[in-house]
Amino acid sequence: MPNTDKPTHTLSVYVSNKPGALARIAQVFARRGFNIESLVVSAAVDGHFSRMTITCSGDPEGLDQIIKQMMKLVDVLHCIDHTFDKSVMKEMGLIKIAVDTGSRSEALQIAEHFGCKTVDLTPESMILQVVGDPAKIDALEEMIQKFKIIEFVRTGKVVMSRGQDIT
Amino acid sequence: MTNSAMEGGQAIIRCLENEGVEYIFGYSGGSVIPIFDALVTTETKIKFILVRHEQGATHMADGYARATGKPAVVLVTSGPGATNTLTGIMTAHIDSVPMIVLSGQSVSWMLGKDAFQEADIFGMAMPVVKHSYLLRSSNEIPRTIREAFHIATTGRPGPVLIDIPKDISAGSCTADLHAEMDLPGYKLDASVDNGTILEIAEALAKSKRPLILAGHGAMISGAEESLKAFAEKAQIPVTNTLLAKGVFPETHELALGMLGMHGTAYANKAICECDLLLNIGSRFDDRILGKPELFCADATIIHIDIDNAEIGKMIQPQITCVADAKLALDELIPHVPVIDTAAWRKHLDSYKVKYPLKFKRKGSLKMQHIIDEFYKLSEGKACVATDVGQHQMWAAQFYKCDRRHNWLSSGGAGTMGFGLPACIGAAFGRPDDLHVCFVGDGGFQMTFFELATAALHKLPIKIVVLNNHYLGMVRQWQELFYEDRTSGVDLEGNPDFVKLAESFGIKGFNLRRPGDVKRVLQNALDYNDGPCLVNCEVEKTDNVFPMIPAGAAIEDMLIEPPKRKLEKPTGST
Repeated sequence: MPNTDKPTHTLSVYVSNKPGALARIAQVFARRGFNIESLVVSAAVDGHFSRMTITCSGDPEGLDQIIKQMMKLVDVLHCIDHTFDKSVMKEMGLIKIAVDTGSRSEALQIAEHFGCKTVDLTPESMILQVVGDPAKIDALEEMIQKFKIIEFVRTGKVVMSRGQDIT
Repeated sequence: MTNSAMEGGQAIIRCLENEGVEYIFGYSGGSVIPIFDALVTTETKIKFILVRHEQGATHMADGYARATGKPAVVLVTSGPGATNTLTGIMTAHIDSVPMIVLSGQSVSWMLGKDAFQEADIFGMAMPVVKHSYLLRSSNEIPRTIREAFHIATTGRPGPVLIDIPKDISAGSCTADLHAEMDLPGYKLDASVDNGTILEIAEALAKSKRPLILAGHGAMISGAEESLKAFAEKAQIPVTNTLLAKGVFPETHELALGMLGMHGTAYANKAICECDLLLNIGSRFDDRILGKPELFCADATIIHIDIDNAEIGKMIQPQITCVADAKLALDELIPHVPVIDTAAWRKHLDSYKVKYPLKFKRKGSLKMQHIIDEFYKLSEGKACVATDVGQHQMWAAQFYKCDRRHNWLSSGGAGTMGFGLPACIGAAFGRPDDLHVCFVGDGGFQMTFFELATAALHKLPIKIVVLNNHYLGMVRQWQELFYEDRTSGVDLEGNPDFVKLAESFGIKGFNLRRPGDVKRVLQNALDYNDGPCLVNCEVEKTDNVFPMIPAGAAIEDMLIEPPKRKLEKPTGST
């Protein structure tokens, strides 16, 4: 079954920063037929640990099992499903488009609307940097399609719980 | 505190001593020479058992661990030495057996550069270990070994692999041999929630036809006394899984024996008719469930398991209790009422009379006859190792177990070749007990090279080869579900097993006629100069019943050979 029919979930995982930890987590997803759509890993404030944000799609019943199996991994301290809470979710995208003198000002107008920064500019192209929730980046992508998109790179979502809740 | 420097290999041996290790099962090789050297230079009391193949070492360690309840240690070299352990690690993993596998590795600076005998065993073993390590420094040795034993033996036990590059075992270790563990992500919460216990007691009080399903988790937690006290107080019948044979005496009047694909008819009928199922430490294996959506569909299901990931994996219970089985039962005993199950038990007893396990003692020689006679002659007291297949199921049916740690069988993995080395490992762990290995001619030929290990150490094991010259279980499926089109199951060209045994210096007996069963088995039992082997030429095309075809509802159990043609099974195996 194509994963596009399945809901997308956002998980945060807090793990010991040890070799192999990422491979163990990836195996849990692969074995249960879940597709990881994005994955962001970075060192936590305490360098002994890492933060992961995983966006994945698949059957929600299977997800419950995946979370339990991840919790079972010796390197995993906790795993939280943020899909239905009000956590802050952000992503960054870089879009390189082909523009010349004639089309540049219209491109800049759209960029301004989405709060983009222009981080590279040449006579034939420009790179726009966009930050926001993933839907905003999707919307920018749609609007900017009237220009030729040369390359488009997204970081994947990062998530943080609000207030006193832990991520 | 730091120690005066010692070689990494010596630190490994000292740390194993600190963990109380008696035996290491293994095989040497280039990348582990520093550790083997340390076995000599430390003058350790740990005994090293040189096997004939690394898979044999893992199954020996497994048998040792299952028979003693203590973790076992395997030591092998890098590359093929390490990959040969994978089957044994997988077997231990799925059956929750505590095992520490130390594998040598190429020197650190050659990792990933295709050095001689380099294999990424850390990566390959990942899906079949509870946890694993690749050492980066000699000073990590003490902490890692301590963590490995802790992880392997606590919670739901399992195998832990430590991959040790040669420069690490040869390098200098100055770390404290009693280093602190650092396992912030390893959560052990076996405490019992009192509210849940009361909820379970309440559900039991309302039940008219309760049934206990005892699993391996109950065995591992040492719950046998608690389980007996609980079942006797509440008067609840008990069925057990294959791996839980012995956690509740199978000769007890409340016992129904093993359930599942080849379980007793009365245990499976009890599953169909109970109104409450209390699962204590079983993972609802697919060979128990038949068709999961129909399994105990009208009963209240209660699941006690130490592993939260088992809850709701196969069956969604009404009441769940994530806890150690013994602790949960001890909490439950004072709250459980005496339940009036007289009518229910009488009903199940009528099934015992109507559908007993049976076989014919006349005509061709039957595996069941041999197992049953061995059971009687050994008074049910032997530590039994089995291999995998028809003989395993008949052994489960006819060798009743009344105490734990006396049943060693590869359940989840179904690993052929397990029986003989497991029996050897058990004999090392419990040298004063009677050990028997029931093994088919197929599985025996996968690991019979370990006869050398048994002979060398003069282990008093009885090897009963149930030789039907077939891979009988697969042949049975082909006969029943594939219109008897046998394919890839005829073991033409078997050696003469008695001569084979004799070539290792092992006493051999032949058994061909039903009338000789008692005499030949008694001779084998009386033999007291090391291992002996009984080659039993048995009926070639016998079938195991009862049988629930894989994926079928338990109601569709075949108690006797079917007269109609059967559909191909929908379940996997």
